[in-house]
Amino acid sequence: MAIKLYGATGSTASLRVRACLAEKDLDYEFVSVDMSNKEHKSPQFLSRNPFGQVPAFEDGDLKLFESRAITQYLAHTYADKGNDLIVKDPKKMAVVGVWIEVESQKFEPAGSKLAWELAIKPIFGMTTDDTVVEENEKKLEEVLDVYESRLSESKYLGGDSFTLADLHHLPVLKYLMGTKAKRLFDARPHVSVWAAEIQSRPAWVKAITA
Amino acid sequence: MALKLYGTVSSDGTQRVQACLHEKEVDFEFISVNISAGEHKTPRFIARNPFGEVPALEDGDVTLFESRAITQYIANKYEGKGTDLIMKDPIQLAIQTVWMDTENQRFDQPFSKLIEAAIEGDRSGQDVRQYEKKLESVLDVYEQRLTESKYLAGDRFTLADLHHLPGMHFLRSTKAKGWFQGRPHVRAWAADILSRPAWVKVAAMSPW
Repeated sequence: MAIKLYGATGSTASLRVRACLAEKDLDYEFVSVDMSNKEHKSPQFLSRNPFGQVPAFEDGDLKLFESRAITQYLAHTYADKGNDLIVKDPKKMAVVGVWIEVESQKFEPAGSKLAWELAIKPIFGMTTDDTVVEENEKKLEEVLDVYESRLSESKYLGGDSFTLADLHHLPVLKYLMGTKAKRLFDARPHVSVWAAEIQSRPAWVKAITA
Repeated sequence: MALKLYGTVSSDGTQRVQACLHEKEVDFEFISVNISAGEHKTPRFIARNPFGEVPALEDGDVTLFESRAITQYIANKYEGKGTDLIMKDPIQLAIQTVWMDTENQRFDQPFSKLIEAAIEGDRSGQDVRQYEKKLESVLDVYEQRLTESKYLAGDRFTLADLHHLPGMHFLRSTKAKGWFQGRPHVRAWAADILSRPAWVKVAAMSPW
């Protein structure tokens, strides 16, 4: 199969790419990387991702890494397949680009730290660091306040259609919604509606059930 | 109507956008935002950037924020003018996007912490060391990449390199000269991109 995704269950970055592949209705082979045996640090894997992290991706001869680079490649290359994840008008796409950056620069740092502390650490029997949780809940709240304002004037973050700007949030959102951090989303009506909506998309449901 | 760039001379985001505007030879008005007077937190500025940060760019009826979204908008809008900053071939563009995302996700965070420490004064040597180590491991990957490729995305200068300019400029001017030791390709690449006339213009206004 031309498209191969090297990832791990539980990896939010791998899930980000899976969400995108599902939206674009693309067939692919999922190759599970054995993290517990440090396969991601093997020379063979490092040749796929020099940072030694999942995911890594192949489409024929093309090898890529960084989940958001992979999703952008898929969204543009397979523009005429599955659901639209970008928009054609340049000024409107520039606005989508702004919110893609916001997820990357603002939501991800706080969100992923919280997901790690509240959702993932407990799975491995590790202790949650409450100081880190408090600090990052504060940061996330500031971000969600901006989202609340944005989503009161715009159906989706990038504009009036679902795009990568929304999709990129899904994996971290999934983890946070199963923790006490859910209250931060519930407290903000427009954010709450948006979060529920994007998580109910058939492609997302497919991606997490697979 | 000319583009309006709201920013400050010390903001790495503002510097990133200025570098792009100069590379594309696009006229713009630079509007200095008075951070010490809290101008970035006024309702008027928040309307431009809801995070109350610089930079923001006004192009007629559209206002953008996040420097890397702004540079991509400019690079695409002014395609054919000034320096080409985006690979045209889709495969090469995909590779360019990998290295742009690498800057965003791996280089930027430790660099931002170091610049914060430099501006606000060293809070704790231990804090800084942690970020220095992270940055060093990123530069190790860059060293390997730059042995196979003249620039990060391929054989020519693109946004993937440009996005690093504020960070590489800062690293080169800091007292910790160890950054480039043992990394000859990173050193050569840094020297190359930092000597570009468009960047020299921005660096002239930079506080470091």
